[in-house]
Amino acid sequence: MEKLQAKAVEQITEIVHRYKDEETPLMMILEAIQSEYGYIPLEVQELVSSLTGVPVAEIYGVVTFYSFFSLTPKGKYVIGVCLGTACYVKGSQQVMDKFEELLGIKPGETSADGLFTLDALRCIGACGIAPALSINGKVYPKVQVSQVKDIINEYRAKEGAN
Amino acid sequence: MALVNIKIEGQSYQVESGLTILQAARKCGYNIPSLCSYMDGRCSLASCRVCLVEVKGARGLVASCAYPVNEGMEIFISSPKATEARRNSVELLLSNHHQDCLQCPKNGHCELLEVSKMVGARPEKFKGVQTPSTKDELAPGLVRDTSKCILCGRCIETCKALQGIGVLGFERRGFKTIVAPAQNRSFAESPCIQCGQCVLVCPTGALMEHSEIANVDKALKEGKFVVVQTAPAVRAAIAEEFGAKIGTTGTGKMVAALRRLGFSRVFDVNFGADLTIMEEANELLHRINHGGVLPQITSCSPGWINYMEFFYRDLIPYVSTCKSPHQMQGAITKTYFAEKHNLDPKDIYVVSIMPCTAKKYEKTRPGQESKDGLKDVDAVLTTRELARMIKRAGINWNKLPEEEFDQDLLGQYSGAGVIFGVTGGVMEAALRTAYKSLTGKEHELIKFEAVRGLEGVKTASIDVNGTILKVAVASGMKDAKVLLDEVRAGKSPYAFIEIMGCPGGCINGGGQPYVKPLMLPDEEDNILETYRAKRASVLYSEDERQAIRQSHNNPDIIRLYDEFLGAPLSEKAEELLHTYYNANRETFTDKK
Amino acid sequence: MAEIIKNQSQLLERLKGCHECFEAKLAGNDGKRHILVCAGTGCLSSESAAILEELQKLIIEKNLKDKVEANKVGCFGFCSQGPFVKIFPEDRLYRGVKVKDATRIIDEDIIGGKVIEDLLYVDPATKQKVEKQDDINFYKKQLRISLHGCSLINPEVLEEAMGYGAFEGLIKALNTPRQEVINEVLASGIRGRGGAGFPTGRKWQFAYDQVSEEKYVICNGDEGDPGAFMDRSILEGNPVNVIEGMMIAGYAIGAKNGYFYVRAEYPIAVERLRIAIKEMEACGLLGDNILGTGFSFRCHIRLGAGAFVCGEETALLNSIEGKRGMPRPRPPFPAVKGLWGKPSIINNVETLASIPYILREGAAKFASIGTEKSKGTKVFALGGKVNNVGLVEVPMGVTLKELIFDIGGGIPNGKKFKAIQTGGPSGGCLTEKDLDTPIDYDNLVARGSMMGSGGAIVMDEDNCMVDVAKFYMEFICDESCGKCTPCRIGTKRMLEILTKITEGKGTTEDLEELKELANITKTNSLCALGQTAANPVTSTMTAFPEEYEAHVVDHKCPAHICKSMMEYYIIPEKCMGCTLCSRNCPAAAISVTDQPAKLPNKFIHHIDPAKCVKCGACLSGCRFGAIIKR
Repeated sequence: MEKLQAKAVEQITEIVHRYKDEETPLMMILEAIQSEYGYIPLEVQELVSSLTGVPVAEIYGVVTFYSFFSLTPKGKYVIGVCLGTACYVKGSQQVMDKFEELLGIKPGETSADGLFTLDALRCIGACGIAPALSINGKVYPKVQVSQVKDIINEYRAKEGAN
Repeated sequence: MALVNIKIEGQSYQVESGLTILQAARKCGYNIPSLCSYMDGRCSLASCRVCLVEVKGARGLVASCAYPVNEGMEIFISSPKATEARRNSVELLLSNHHQDCLQCPKNGHCELLEVSKMVGARPEKFKGVQTPSTKDELAPGLVRDTSKCILCGRCIETCKALQGIGVLGFERRGFKTIVAPAQNRSFAESPCIQCGQCVLVCPTGALMEHSEIANVDKALKEGKFVVVQTAPAVRAAIAEEFGAKIGTTGTGKMVAALRRLGFSRVFDVNFGADLTIMEEANELLHRINHGGVLPQITSCSPGWINYMEFFYRDLIPYVSTCKSPHQMQGAITKTYFAEKHNLDPKDIYVVSIMPCTAKKYEKTRPGQESKDGLKDVDAVLTTRELARMIKRAGINWNKLPEEEFDQDLLGQYSGAGVIFGVTGGVMEAALRTAYKSLTGKEHELIKFEAVRGLEGVKTASIDVNGTILKVAVASGMKDAKVLLDEVRAGKSPYAFIEIMGCPGGCINGGGQPYVKPLMLPDEEDNILETYRAKRASVLYSEDERQAIRQSHNNPDIIRLYDEFLGAPLSEKAEELLHTYYNANRETFTDKK
Repeated sequence: MAEIIKNQSQLLERLKGCHECFEAKLAGNDGKRHILVCAGTGCLSSESAAILEELQKLIIEKNLKDKVEANKVGCFGFCSQGPFVKIFPEDRLYRGVKVKDATRIIDEDIIGGKVIEDLLYVDPATKQKVEKQDDINFYKKQLRISLHGCSLINPEVLEEAMGYGAFEGLIKALNTPRQEVINEVLASGIRGRGGAGFPTGRKWQFAYDQVSEEKYVICNGDEGDPGAFMDRSILEGNPVNVIEGMMIAGYAIGAKNGYFYVRAEYPIAVERLRIAIKEMEACGLLGDNILGTGFSFRCHIRLGAGAFVCGEETALLNSIEGKRGMPRPRPPFPAVKGLWGKPSIINNVETLASIPYILREGAAKFASIGTEKSKGTKVFALGGKVNNVGLVEVPMGVTLKELIFDIGGGIPNGKKFKAIQTGGPSGGCLTEKDLDTPIDYDNLVARGSMMGSGGAIVMDEDNCMVDVAKFYMEFICDESCGKCTPCRIGTKRMLEILTKITEGKGTTEDLEELKELANITKTNSLCALGQTAANPVTSTMTAFPEEYEAHVVDHKCPAHICKSMMEYYIIPEKCMGCTLCSRNCPAAAISVTDQPAKLPNKFIHHIDPAKCVKCGACLSGCRFGAIIKR
């Protein structure tokens, strides 16, 4: 079992402490950790367990129940292709297929260079501009299969520039 | 309790309000199949959908395990709609269940199979892929096979609510859901204490003891000197496996059966229990007289020891260093007994019959060896495994004579040893001996009523020549926590604490026969509330029947000290009968 | 705003001030022109934030600060036409605005006083340009009750909401005995907007009847129906309205705390809700002894974390309690034993957003809208194969035809209407024969669908209904919490059969088994998710039996959607031999025959079905319409 670094322990303890006045704050704690670190590995769950008294198995059960939580680190850019109904009937599956093809990963996976994670989303409420996708929160409206390559390159270029 | 009038199948009944339909129906003599509910329906997720019935006026079918009765309710169990619905739920479960029933060790005790028969499930009615599964055989005590799990959640609830641990949980969701320790790790890689309480409630073969029957078979076949020793609690329950009512004594027939199975010697771990008392009571006296760390906490329950190492490792100084009785007895068998019989200890194979799954783990711990690094105990079989061996051998239990344990150096035992099997028993046995040591005379009552009974926590104050000795007893880890937190906070008023891993003590150990009301039509309705007391009474009455009631008066024990060990806590006794604990045990490890 | 509003008269005074201010703004009486820029998620994704920034920059640069103000507002609803910019007092609507248009808006319209014609909406039928929002067909039949204030007020400024009717309902409620508030809600006839349509007033009454120190109001903002986004737009457009609804509910049932449970996927909605709560706390409109009435109320926000089932109210409770979102058996009902074991009511965002109106305008007025058993308005998220995609709020009882063809502008590309799925994955498909049906709770249920949260996805002839059923089943199977047997295993088995059918391997026996499983899942499941899981299957099987039969008997997909049963084909007579398709083909499946094509020295192409991966690249690339699916 990997040991957490002292700084992480401190930060997570702070996060747990932040919600000490809330009743049953587990989801809030996990959401904060997910936002902060991008994932919630078992070591972190153990720490949360010892700070909150909630058994690790229960925390693990919660983490794996909600698709917002992740057990493994996500890529620098998380591409979420909306597969909600409105987007699906407008061809978002084809958009997804194209991402899979160009990135060589399946939904839920992260590219080898750690740059991209591909996620299938359940309706991001952007049905008016279907098919939609979001990359790190930025929503792309009316995406065409032909745009996919450009979108990926946009981020690759950003990386190259750095 | 207020009563309500209900109708089941058109018949009128009066039942207590607050009951679920399932409970009420059982009280009225209707056996509705159910799987996810347990504890007589007091716990239920209403998730298996096997207990569906029709209720007049209700929207759709209702899950009888969770739906409370109310005045004027009309319940229809046998309506075609409800009958079909129950059958369909079972058939769907079967379509995602690994059906190797012929080889499944649960066969005969499988509630899913029983319920399938009840509802008339059709073979392969629904077909399709099954949830990816895991078979975890890494832990010495328990096996988890998710291919047989029906996600009833009983084990999760038991581990969390009854034991206060929560090793198990649901993982992932939808069709991918499994029940597992965090991250689907092995029990061996998780803070599981291997108490086996989850096994007791599992309706299928998803959770089982880790069987060692094959190892014992091998030892017998190889012609080793196979010594078998049975724990006190085994006799209180084994007869149940052969159709006897709960609370039937099985001592004599059990001994007879073991002899027929080919064991070289049949001993009672009660001897080891007496030995434990000698050591443990003297350890206590030593602590009291020399300003040692108090309270002293008992160490015979390996479930508790696991729990302590995972969650209360700071309490190690408080825990008695005594090995548990069967380990002590194994050590003596491979030294003293071997010497006396001119046997090479390597040729002796010690099999313990235990009510316990954690004992399987305990025997593998470091610090459980006698001379030359030989393990004190070679195999541990649960009460259930022994029953399987007896059945397999074609032995007719009912025709067996009542036989006595072998009287060969380790044969005698006191009443104090017998009651080890029930919560408070170790305490009572220790008090009998400690009282003698402190006062020089026997306690006039012998019985210490205050530490008897099945409550989770019991306390007592014993007047020892004017000094008040405060003691406490807890069984089940959830209840023990109260006492442990006091100790941790330095506020424990007690000198001696007995802790047993399973609620009620060993009589309710994770290796004992299943108590499944669905499959015990001859037992009374509230059997889940009474079975522990019934089993306890077996042990208390055996205590009563013994001529010798105190460990220090067991002649075989006296001889053992005279001839071999010297005195309690002697160097030799420390070497053979005491152990140590791991202050650095990790809760999650990577063994794979 | 930080000043505490101590009593009702102070509040009334403030409301009056804000109202005058707001009216002046709309009417142009404040000596300014106002530019409203949509800041809903849809428009933000099309850079409306940058448009606003650019406008504000230009206003400063051109020294127009005293004459012009630019602000964000909530969703206009007509998302497919966004981003929207609206100019007051002219009430002029620009659509499809780009960042570069900001300069033109300032120069040509604000300074030059000219209408920018090319940014106006063009009616697709008449080709006429439309200047005012209300003249656009999409908006004509709409009536905004729960979308009150959206696209009109700045959702991040409390005074804007206060200038547009906020707290009038609350004041009325606080001066009415609690039971009478409930009576008013009962009399309005409003039913829950999130699912099965349980009467809201009755829910409140149950909770009111419970004796408990602590009760809770919970706002269900876990809008999980893929294809519905009204809750998000309401929260983004006028969060104060929802908070007010929650406060009225809290007052009525005797709760001191309210919880918003909002999807984590809606960061903007959450942020605006946070701002609104903070501002209201700052001026004492949330907290202890509000307005000196003795009524205390606090709002809390909890985020959902991506589980559709948490829209089910007992699963939602478990989620707030930090558990897996697995539904609880009922009874006990949440109104008796809800959040942390206390009496709780769970109301949908849209429901709570309608409550202030009911109190403000009176139950009678609300009840005068809609049909006999379904009162008021309903917001629909119109999507799929329809010209006008977006959010519409219409009185209950409009027909599907009005919704799809009048408001929605009909089916694009001259295709034929095939079906409309209402109620999301829990709902069902309605068809041609249902077009004249007035939409209300009971009519939809009677036709095998449901209102659900109000998703309305239109499908045309190119959609395969088996594929649609499979899509929804995949969704449900993925989102099933896994707790109860029929939903966990039954949906999986149905999905397996549907997959088999769409792969061309289905049999007529499979259809029977599918029906049986659909029925089992419906009758045996623990919660509404499972009980309705088979609705898309059942309704498509009922409405389009011939399509299922074509799949299992002829092994054909009439809509050419199911890949294993269709092929791309080059019509020899139309092929010009341009070679584009063969160059586009990723699988090298297109070869040249020796048949001469129309172009000189070119030859007809042919697709090898064995090599074809059915990506469609050839078809979308062909300039001569020579490639078809068959």
